[in-house]
Amino acid sequence: MGQATRNIANSFTTSGVITSSGVDNTSLNNITDLSLGGSLILLSTSTASSDATISITSGIDSTYDEYLFVFNNLHPATNDAVFQFQGSTNGGSSYGVNITSTAFRTFHNDAGSSNGLNYEGANDLAQSTNFQYLMEGIGSDAKEAGSGTLRLYNPSSTTFVKHFVSDTHFRQKSDATQRNLNAGYFNTTSAINAIQFKMSNGNTDSGTIQLFGVK
Amino acid sequence: MGARTRSFANLLNTDGTFLSGAINNTSLSGISAIPAAAKSDLVPIIGYGLGSDSAMEHVDGGRSGVAVFDNTYSAYCFKFTNIHGSANAQFKFNASTNAGSNYNVTKTTTYFVSRHDENGSNGQIQQDTGNDLAQGTGDQLLSDNFGNDNDASLCGELWIFNPASTTFVKHFFSDCQYYQSAVPRTNRTFAQGYLNTTSAVDAIIFRMSSGNLESGNIRVYGLK
Repeated sequence: MGQATRNIANSFTTSGVITSSGVDNTSLNNITDLSLGGSLILLSTSTASSDATISITSGIDSTYDEYLFVFNNLHPATNDAVFQFQGSTNGGSSYGVNITSTAFRTFHNDAGSSNGLNYEGANDLAQSTNFQYLMEGIGSDAKEAGSGTLRLYNPSSTTFVKHFVSDTHFRQKSDATQRNLNAGYFNTTSAINAIQFKMSNGNTDSGTIQLFGVK
Repeated sequence: MGARTRSFANLLNTDGTFLSGAINNTSLSGISAIPAAAKSDLVPIIGYGLGSDSAMEHVDGGRSGVAVFDNTYSAYCFKFTNIHGSANAQFKFNASTNAGSNYNVTKTTTYFVSRHDENGSNGQIQQDTGNDLAQGTGDQLLSDNFGNDNDASLCGELWIFNPASTTFVKHFFSDCQYYQSAVPRTNRTFAQGYLNTTSAVDAIIFRMSSGNLESGNIRVYGLK
């Protein structure tokens, strides 16, 4: 009996059942789907490191009906930065698709002296190719950052406009909690195949953006 | 061949794949992580493609048992992709406690919308009291009228928590985004409330206020 065979044999109980030493994390590396598996398929992770822009140019296609971007502790280099995004119909050669959107927020400051729920006219777009705001006025203190999600529906459709919905939270420049809820559509029947994120001024110093496909 | 090897061989199919007895919980006790691509979270239950349907029903035990809507999961999520109506109409839902014999569960709800027109006007957030219910048994709106232009549709989701509870009322909330082509306008609508029953809810129906569900799909997930 060769060494490998002896090792294999030691990975079974006397009744032939595989022991814990017979399977490790590496054994599962090629598993991409479980019959009772979940719906969120991780497609990419972008880690910010003093980046002027973060462009995601692959993985956005017709494979999934819905794509979910998850922002985790995006930290701006400059105080009062606006984290924003735009789409591309040419693989990222340019970003500037017509958007009509709507936006509102709720906030409350640390001092307890200011709070509100209001429509954010400065954050919406009307048939504009500008970047769409996602988080307005993030603070740049060491402990300040923004997190949240952006959902993009059926980006490859050549029939419908492309809907998106965001829900983000961050610590404001003026020491307040703020939740921004924005939504709208890319007013195009061309496929959207790339998304770019950036701060309005300065870089994105740190944080991650994960892209999931929703099965 | 040693005893272990013989035992192991007996746990293989002739094609070399493992029989179910070859792996048990102990076999996997050394696993601390599974590939990201295989993780569990929202479990896909069933997807319904729409094609000129007057309504779409999700009934527990339907579709040969595939359509689960019971205490298997703590919450259920219905995801809507490009719901397209045949008429300029509202998208709405109702629930049943008798497997879809009728859809008329009592509801108390609230509804608000954030909207903005393509010409830059009407940017606002407001509560729409005309779209809510107070102990009503009618359908709950998930949207106002949205057009049936070719490129108009609705996307979003509806969550219902613990529908099989016989103790609590059943909470739900929705978040939908659609293109109201007749204006034209973007709308993000939020409907939330509770199904005011302590009977198990075992079926749900989606339909338009007039006309058919012309195209799109509704996918149902359970939260593990």
